[in-house]
Amino acid sequence: MIAELGAFALVLAFALSAAQAGFSFAGRYWRNAALRGAGEGAALATLLTTATAFFALMVCFITSDFSVANVAANSHTDKPLLYKIAAVWGSHEGSMLLWNLALTGFGATVAIWGRDLPAGLKSLTIGVQGLLGLVFLGYTALVSNPFLRLAVAPVEGASLNPILQDPFLAIHPPFLYSGYVGFSVVFSFAIAALIEGRVDAAWARWVRPWALAAWSLLTVGITLGSFWAYYELGWGGWWFWDPVENASFMPWLVGAALLHSAIVTEKRGAMPGWTVFLGLLAFSFSMLGAFLVRSGILTSVHAFAVDPKRGSILLGILAVAAGSGFSLFAWRAPMLKAGGLFAPVSREGALVLNNLFLATAALIVMTGTLYPLGYQAATGQPLSVGAPWFNLTFAPLMAVVLFILPAGTMLSWKRADALGAVQRLWAAGLAAVAMGTGGLLLVQTKTAFAAIGLALGGWLIAGALAELAFRVRLGKAPLTESLRRLRHLPRASFGMTLAHIGVGVFVLGASVETHGRIEAARAVAVGESVQVGQFTLTLSDVASVEGPNYTAERGTVRVTSASGDTFLKPERRFYPANRQTVSQVAIQSHGPSDLYVVFGERREAQGKPSWLIRAYWNPWARLIFGGPLLMALGGAISLSDPRLRLAAGARARATAIAGAKA
Amino acid sequence: MRAGLTRALCLMAAPLAAILLMAGAASDPAEALHDPGQEARARALFREVRCLVCQNESIDDSEAELAGDLRRIVRQQVATGSTDTQVRGFLVERYGKFVLLKPPFDAGTAALWAAPFVVVLVGGLVIYRRSRKMGVDAAPLTPQEREKLRALDL
Repeated sequence: MIAELGAFALVLAFALSAAQAGFSFAGRYWRNAALRGAGEGAALATLLTTATAFFALMVCFITSDFSVANVAANSHTDKPLLYKIAAVWGSHEGSMLLWNLALTGFGATVAIWGRDLPAGLKSLTIGVQGLLGLVFLGYTALVSNPFLRLAVAPVEGASLNPILQDPFLAIHPPFLYSGYVGFSVVFSFAIAALIEGRVDAAWARWVRPWALAAWSLLTVGITLGSFWAYYELGWGGWWFWDPVENASFMPWLVGAALLHSAIVTEKRGAMPGWTVFLGLLAFSFSMLGAFLVRSGILTSVHAFAVDPKRGSILLGILAVAAGSGFSLFAWRAPMLKAGGLFAPVSREGALVLNNLFLATAALIVMTGTLYPLGYQAATGQPLSVGAPWFNLTFAPLMAVVLFILPAGTMLSWKRADALGAVQRLWAAGLAAVAMGTGGLLLVQTKTAFAAIGLALGGWLIAGALAELAFRVRLGKAPLTESLRRLRHLPRASFGMTLAHIGVGVFVLGASVETHGRIEAARAVAVGESVQVGQFTLTLSDVASVEGPNYTAERGTVRVTSASGDTFLKPERRFYPANRQTVSQVAIQSHGPSDLYVVFGERREAQGKPSWLIRAYWNPWARLIFGGPLLMALGGAISLSDPRLRLAAGARARATAIAGAKA
Repeated sequence: MRAGLTRALCLMAAPLAAILLMAGAASDPAEALHDPGQEARARALFREVRCLVCQNESIDDSEAELAGDLRRIVRQQVATGSTDTQVRGFLVERYGKFVLLKPPFDAGTAALWAAPFVVVLVGGLVIYRRSRKMGVDAAPLTPQEREKLRALDL
């Protein structure tokens, strides 16, 4: 009964999104407030019905209703509640339903919070969002319906892949999808602006909150996924340049570029066409990702819910949505008026460079991801483009853009004094050099690359702090004056500082972890030990344990170091429902660094049992995940800036005019 | 055809997925070469070699049986004195270019390797030409104006 309710709600949401689009466009065309209001009402109703469908599916999973095909294929009565819920988005059908929930949710936010938007722009945005909903809800209802019943219900379900039964992975998709789909609002805004033929500072300001929200959520989603890979896949890898990771990274890079170009459009009215283009591109990449992940067209370690037939339908959706968006752009963009001239050395100039590099980075990732497809089509031979290629092309490009980042934030708008900016950064430069040489001496890094990474990370963090100090005139004005200025700084500027520090923190973590990790592996019997770095790991006991839906062999490992003894309990779990063995890594953190221990398979040596223990010392590994979280936090703080609230737009303009007069 | 083959292999490998995921395989001391220099070279090579039956893993990470075989081959070659290039050549001859995660530079991959540089250069050129056209909208400030501006303390 619940499943039927869900199916009904899903089809109703599909119909309502047609109404949302129809009423909104009609309201814009006839300039009729009643029709516009009907469109907004439909947007809210679409969200409610989609949420009903989503929660109906969740109830089916929680109650283990195996007469529903999707539940039977992805759940099991033994599974803990959290993973029953997480299994809702663990399949093709369910994940598309989550996608739709995010899509209609974001559409409703425009209807609710867009009170101060010009009526025409708002209606068009909600209308385009309705069209997107129509396409994706239609796809879900017609070819990817999660509510289909089985003629004969099985007694037990097939369960969820055990490596996905993990708290971080359970919450990773909701963040990721909110991020992906958050860009749909930017896409709709871009289309609406192209139809209206007007992209100005106000438009850029309206778009920024959604772009910030989407990008921050996507950042958190990617970080969670990366952290999961780090401790679940069993050797501490955190980024593999895998097609599925790349699929999430492309919209992230474009989103980052968009955040920066929208500032230029907002503050100076420059680059309106480019900002709109990025708005279209970000969601197009999101859709490309949805297609790549589910079509099975690329082999990926994370490929999930693969279904080539439905993949081709997703490709069709991508082609139609992105194709019509870019066609509209090609037609209307020349009409957009660019304002705000600027000299090459200026804040705008620096942000243009930022955009050149971020857009190039996104293009590189796309090239590397899709090249094998083209190559195979042309030559009939398969080709691999793996991590070594990406590291060689992507890393130097990013090093360049990160090197100029602190200087860019020091430049003033319109025309800047490059020498002055460099002078303000002398302290950051010193910090960078100190970090680089200090790194060479102290951390015992093996290669020059680690030193470069350390210097770059130090440069970014110190540069961000120097920018903050410059803003509050620290040292130039009395301390009380600096504090007063600090209190009155807009939150967006704190957000920027924090996000840029986050980039630096990430660079530090990635460089030190990559170049300084120590690895050791040995088959040991109880009582024997293995040495990794400054730690001696002794296998002191092996026991069998019984989990809720698995049995496990648990090793007790005594960790001996200068600071005394501690114990770690890595496991090797067997999930009978899936007939799979999964390693449960034990991680001990030492500040930002991790001691990472994997309990391997049982072996017989000279008649007595031994177990393969792999241990890794991952220096500064936590910074790899902490950095992006700081970036997302920076995004969230910027988002909370009252200047970005829609209602504040008019007030801020009034203040600006008053300020200019005074 | 090949996509079909991969898919078939994936399906066969599905029950083994757990084993494939228990990764970091190359560090198994039972496999290692005695000479640490040679072992380090072999490990560096492993990271460039694809485990052909896995979904997208290097043989350094994978515990699949085939990855173990490939590691043995690479270690053998390294131990008998083959250069890195010779090892790669041997693998490509046997398994095709697909086996290398870092595609070799040739006619078919020239576009791939050139793409990043071309994009940056073309993008830079476009921006340069536009900025030339844009120019600066006003004459530079005179020293007196500059002084005035500083006095305003904005």
